[in-house]
Amino acid sequence: MTYLAKPKLHHPSLKPNKVGFTRRDYEGRISTLCAGCGHDSISAAIIQACWELDIEPHRVAKMSGIGCSSKTPDYFLGQSHGFNTVHGRMPSVLTGAYLANSELLYLGVSGDGDSASIGIGQFVHSMRRGVNMVYIVENNGVYGLTKGQFSATADAGSKSKKGVVNTDSPIDLVSLALQLGASYVGRSFSGDKAQLVPLIMGAIRHRGAAFIDVISPCVAFNNHAGSTKSYDYVREHNDSVNFLDVIEGKAPIEVEQPADGSLIEVAQHDGSILRLRKTDPDYDPRDRIGAMNFIARHHAKGEVVTGLLYVDPDAVDFHQHLGSVGTPLNKLGTAELCPGPTALDKLNASLR
Amino acid sequence: MQSTDIRQPDYFHKVVDCQWACPAHTPVPEYIRLIAAGRHADAYMVNWKSNVFPGVLGRTCDRPCEPACRRGRVEETAGHPPEPVAICRLKRVAADNKGDVSALMPPPPKSKNGKRIACVGAGPASLTVARDLAALGYDVVVFDGEAKAGGFIRTQIPRFRLPESVIDEEVGHIMNLGVDFRSGQRIDSMRELLTQGYDAIFVGCGAPRGRDLDIPGRHEAAKHIHIGIDWLASVSFGHIHSVGRRVIVLGGGNTAMDCCRSARRMGGESVTVVVRSGFDEMKASPWEKEDAQHEGIPIRNYLVPVAFIHIEGQLCAMQFQKVRPEIDANGRRQLLPTGEPDVEIDCDEVLIAVGQENAFPWIERECGIEFDRWGLPKLDPKTHQSTVKNVYFGGDAAFGPKNIIWAVAHGHEAAVSIDKMLHGEDIQDRPLPATVMISQKMGIHEWSYGNDITDAARNKVPWAPPSLTLNNIKVEVELGFDQNLAIKEAARCLNCDVQTVFTLNKCIECDACVDICPMDCISFVANGEESDLRQRLTAPALNLTQDLYVADGLKTGRAMVKDEDLCLHCGLCAERCPTGAWDMQKFLLEMTHAGPGCRSGAGLTVKVAA
Ligand SMILES: Cc1cc2nc3c(=O)[nH]c(=O)nc-3n(C[C@H](O)[C@H](O)[C@H](O)COP(=O)(O)OP(=O)(O)OC[C@H]3O[C@@H](n4cnc5c(N)ncnc54)[C@H](O)[C@@H]3O)c2cc1C
Ligand SMILES: Cc1ncc(C[n+]2csc(CCOP(=O)(O)OP(=O)(O)O)c2C)c(N)n1
Ligand code: SF4
Ligand code: SF4
Ligand code: SF4
Ligand SMILES: [Mg+2]
Repeated sequence: MTYLAKPKLHHPSLKPNKVGFTRRDYEGRISTLCAGCGHDSISAAIIQACWELDIEPHRVAKMSGIGCSSKTPDYFLGQSHGFNTVHGRMPSVLTGAYLANSELLYLGVSGDGDSASIGIGQFVHSMRRGVNMVYIVENNGVYGLTKGQFSATADAGSKSKKGVVNTDSPIDLVSLALQLGASYVGRSFSGDKAQLVPLIMGAIRHRGAAFIDVISPCVAFNNHAGSTKSYDYVREHNDSVNFLDVIEGKAPIEVEQPADGSLIEVAQHDGSILRLRKTDPDYDPRDRIGAMNFIARHHAKGEVVTGLLYVDPDAVDFHQHLGSVGTPLNKLGTAELCPGPTALDKLNASLR
Repeated sequence: MQSTDIRQPDYFHKVVDCQWACPAHTPVPEYIRLIAAGRHADAYMVNWKSNVFPGVLGRTCDRPCEPACRRGRVEETAGHPPEPVAICRLKRVAADNKGDVSALMPPPPKSKNGKRIACVGAGPASLTVARDLAALGYDVVVFDGEAKAGGFIRTQIPRFRLPESVIDEEVGHIMNLGVDFRSGQRIDSMRELLTQGYDAIFVGCGAPRGRDLDIPGRHEAAKHIHIGIDWLASVSFGHIHSVGRRVIVLGGGNTAMDCCRSARRMGGESVTVVVRSGFDEMKASPWEKEDAQHEGIPIRNYLVPVAFIHIEGQLCAMQFQKVRPEIDANGRRQLLPTGEPDVEIDCDEVLIAVGQENAFPWIERECGIEFDRWGLPKLDPKTHQSTVKNVYFGGDAAFGPKNIIWAVAHGHEAAVSIDKMLHGEDIQDRPLPATVMISQKMGIHEWSYGNDITDAARNKVPWAPPSLTLNNIKVEVELGFDQNLAIKEAARCLNCDVQTVFTLNKCIECDACVDICPMDCISFVANGEESDLRQRLTAPALNLTQDLYVADGLKTGRAMVKDEDLCLHCGLCAERCPTGAWDMQKFLLEMTHAGPGCRSGAGLTVKVAA
């Protein structure tokens, strides 16, 4: 098999963003995933979001574990930093990197196997610590890379390609993240970029643990009738609670507030505004417990709730929790790193 | 928008921009691939079938295909000025390297069908009619006042652009089909010709009269003033061997360019082209102007001839009025005097190349052939039939001066009309071209065409050194691409005939094709009116001359809309499609030529060329 490089030629209408790059400059190497894999669409959405937010590629660290999903960082942001960890260990490596240098944008990309099966312990702690990151799970309900065994997110009753029915209860990563204190939680579908791209943009602009569960059909092992993670199933059962617009800049265009309260605007700490148009009047994404109930109720009905499900604009992140120094370690000088015997004495005294 | 009916031959034909723009609809990418594969004889035959004179055209064609070529649109972001594929000069490569093709040529027919056709003039239009019909068994007689066949190809186009051996060879292929060429026989009377019992007559006598310039001094200095096309013919026949030291060429078309470059080679030390209009409005092709300038010939614009200045008939200069362009109230360009003093340019000889006219002094008006008020025959534009049922016109004689490839295209159409008429059929009822679609898929990432898109710039054709070419009018200037350059240039062709074909009910709307497409051609959107759709696509579809490919009725209710404009035909959409909803299929179009295929019952059956 020969993989052709994608031609460099591009549409003349592509505009460079504020940092001088066109969308194409955010691409990576050509994907080696199966044709039609949902993961590739998520890569395209990440590319679009980073372009729109004028992200400087060299200020991004892509972290992932093992799996088809975890391979994707090779296929976007070819000029960014990257780290493929051991299976399921991405969250701790990301946490460590974040502690050492809080100035990079951390983009954790993982799979349902990587995060909900082998890596569940790591996932849980990175959420509850509020690590400042965008954590995306490309959720196909199977271990794609190892040929389609059910993962921990597979719904009970979902049928494998060979006809075996899954009987274990699924882990719903969104509910888990809500419970664990993640401060920006969303769910989307790889086949709906209009929803997905703004969700990623909002997550990038969020301070704290931002988690997005993206249902991402595996065309090779989990896209048949009887699967609850197929293109058709997700399209039929998608219950989207809101449309999100991420508005940047000093003076956002004012819009009229409809009388029914269907428009919510949330200002994040960096000044960006999340403008949400509710499609479900009962849904308030600022209410963590309400969100958990809503999701549980709808899940019981077989619906897949998508949209921006929860946001806490005032969240504090891991460094703030710890009171640790925010300056990247590589920018600290000898004086700060070795403050001398007086400082040591003081510290020791405080611990006595 | 309605879903696109891709079975209409025109739909995919338009996507092959070069083929669509070629008057004879030569399957350009097909022959370019053959050249890349080193199959020059086959590439030659693909051309020969469509355009009859590949060797001639590979050097001289007006190349309407090149401004149309997709490559010139997609290269905008390649980091060098966008340029089309050198389609024309690749054609020459096939002709130069084909070897002996006699065995591939159709043999003279074993038996004749008893029908007699007369062609007046032996230019490319008549010769095309002769080729198409002689091969079918018609008795074709071609008359020309000149000694050799070829028309303006032979008498006008200078040898430094087109060696005579190329003309001899390609005219020879036609004559070998058993055409009866009556050299030196000018037809003086159509009335007379009509009585000679021909079943059909084709008039391909060209536009033989060069326009003159009636300004003071023209008669007095006549000895040193010539009509461009007459002068070129005399040069070509060897009647003229030299020219004055200082030459002015009047006019901005291709005749002017051939005159100035010829004069430069015949002793003209200072040759100047003087044109009424601006540089960009000149009729000559950009490359002709470049070639002239490259040979040290200045082109002076916005100068209107006022008088020939002479001393007792001895020409010494020309006087010109300076003008400037202005757009009048009706949006038309006008040339207005600037009011500056007139300009004088010294000269010893002047060549007038300010246009050609049709003249049919030998067609008596009472024959029934009607002419319009511009002196052109009244013709059916499709069938080329005149007001006399069995008399057809083509080439420059039909709609005024054009070029060789149009003459060939006319010849094909007239031959179809004649063949149908003589089979008792309605000549208006012409079968559409036949098409074949062949999938190019060989494996998951294998296609039977080269889809690795290069962003390389156009290759230049090497030239012989000026020291050789400027001293001898018979030395060909362009050397042609060697095989190495040819392969490099051929690789620039995007294979626009390998079409993206979409099968609606296979699509699962996974977006893989949208994400991979380097040119953002593909969109899945709610359907709408065309003007609205064009704005709502992944990238705006701004080139209104290029179609949108629409397939409405996907599961989500959306439509697949593909903007054909900048598609690279890279096949990445088909490669990334999990279901084979996209396929890359080679589109072969068989033009309807004279023969069984143009007659009724021909339907859409096709023979596929190798
Ligand atoms: C200087 C010059 C350069 C050109 N360069 C190019 C070029 O590079 N590329 C290009 O594509 N086109 C070029 N053209 C245009 C091209 O030559 C013509 O468009 C083309 O040859 C027209 O073909 P035709 O078959 O209509 O007639 P012609 O080629 O004009 O042939 C007509 C023939 O009919 C003969 N004839 C006329 N009247 C009679 C009669 N009563 N009886 C018998 N025979 C008769 C003439 O002797 C002549 O041989 C050029 C034209 C000129 C003048
Ligand atoms: C420690 C360890 N255990 C098991 C494996 C085998 N393995 C590779 S990928 C994978 C599952 C990946 O599933 P997921 O994260 O859902 O990714 P997907 O391929 O579905 O995108 C497993 C079990 C491994 N590489 N390392
Ligand atoms: S790229 Fe090739 S096929 Fe396409 S228009 Fe140009 S010459 Fe024709
Ligand atoms: S062939 Fe397909 S992927 Fe390539 S440019 Fe055309 S539409 Fe895009
Ligand atoms: S890649 Fe194929 S299946 Fe997927 S959206 Fe495109 S055409 Fe449809
Ligand atoms: Mg998985």
